[in-house]
Amino acid sequence: MKTTEYLREDKLPHIWCPGCGNGIVISNIIRAVDALNLKRENTVIVSGIGCSSRAAGYMNFDTLHTTHGRAIPFATGIKMANPDLNVIVISGDGDATAIGGNHFIHASRRNLDLTLIVVNNNIYGMTSGQYSPLTPTGKIATTAPYGNIDRPFDLCELAEAAGATYVARGSVYHVQQLKRYVERGIQNKGFSVIEALSICPTYFGRKNKMGSPVKMLEGIRDNAVIYNGKNKEEGKDKFLIGEFKNEPDREYTESYQKIIDSLKEGK
Amino acid sequence: MKSEMLQKHHIHINQKWCKGCGICVAFCPKKVLVLEKGKAKAENMEDCIACRMCEYRCPDFAIEIEVAK
Repeated sequence: MKTTEYLREDKLPHIWCPGCGNGIVISNIIRAVDALNLKRENTVIVSGIGCSSRAAGYMNFDTLHTTHGRAIPFATGIKMANPDLNVIVISGDGDATAIGGNHFIHASRRNLDLTLIVVNNNIYGMTSGQYSPLTPTGKIATTAPYGNIDRPFDLCELAEAAGATYVARGSVYHVQQLKRYVERGIQNKGFSVIEALSICPTYFGRKNKMGSPVKMLEGIRDNAVIYNGKNKEEGKDKFLIGEFKNEPDREYTESYQKIIDSLKEGK
Repeated sequence: MKSEMLQKHHIHINQKWCKGCGICVAFCPKKVLVLEKGKAKAENMEDCIACRMCEYRCPDFAIEIEVAK
């Protein structure tokens, strides 16, 4: 399988910085799509605004690059109009949890069959490094020059609590897991959230003196705790990599179709 | 002398897309890759085990492994 078969080669090389995690996440989403043999004409990629959301422009599917934070509402429209499509949403931490935060929790609550991949680089990269709801406490950002005093969301716990039926976290170091989680997320008939822990060497890395992209990847490797169902405490000061929830439940478009069918029958 | 038999796999590196971040070089378990003039280059091909970790972690879609049959 060639990743390039799924890319718009005339748009490459991409605009992302050297060592940016976005490309790593995208190539592993493509590997997952290929492994599942999803038909290109049946697969739609939707993204919002931000560095990671540029992905839609590079991927050779039917794609939709939407407004800031609104990738999930656009994807909801696509899925409701044609439930047979595989709809994959690629969003960043700012896009999905700040301006799109409400859409995120309500899509989780509804359990609409979408696969959301949140590329979490801990910062707003495109607009030069403002802190996001996923910037860890104490980290430096353009808008937090003395350290961030906010407490971050744990995206996976938020998704679980809001009702998403598949929740997992991979990273740009843990690429095999990331690909597997995206595959399972697509297979889950319901709302799936995959957090892809990523790196922004330019803004987050430089401001926090984290060194080269290689050093930042090593940081992910060294601070990851592989989740085994029992070690949530161990991940407190680090972060957990793994599958947190895989509990399929009633899916939204199916429930909607049932209403249509019952009314057609005149019941 | 390195026999041709040992040259099992091939690493295609798209020099136009490579931005020289060094991730492939650092995480190759067999130290096959090096950076030369700011671009990745496959140097010790006879050690390559085609684990594809360079391909999977390349942020620039610039690496492709061709596994020898």
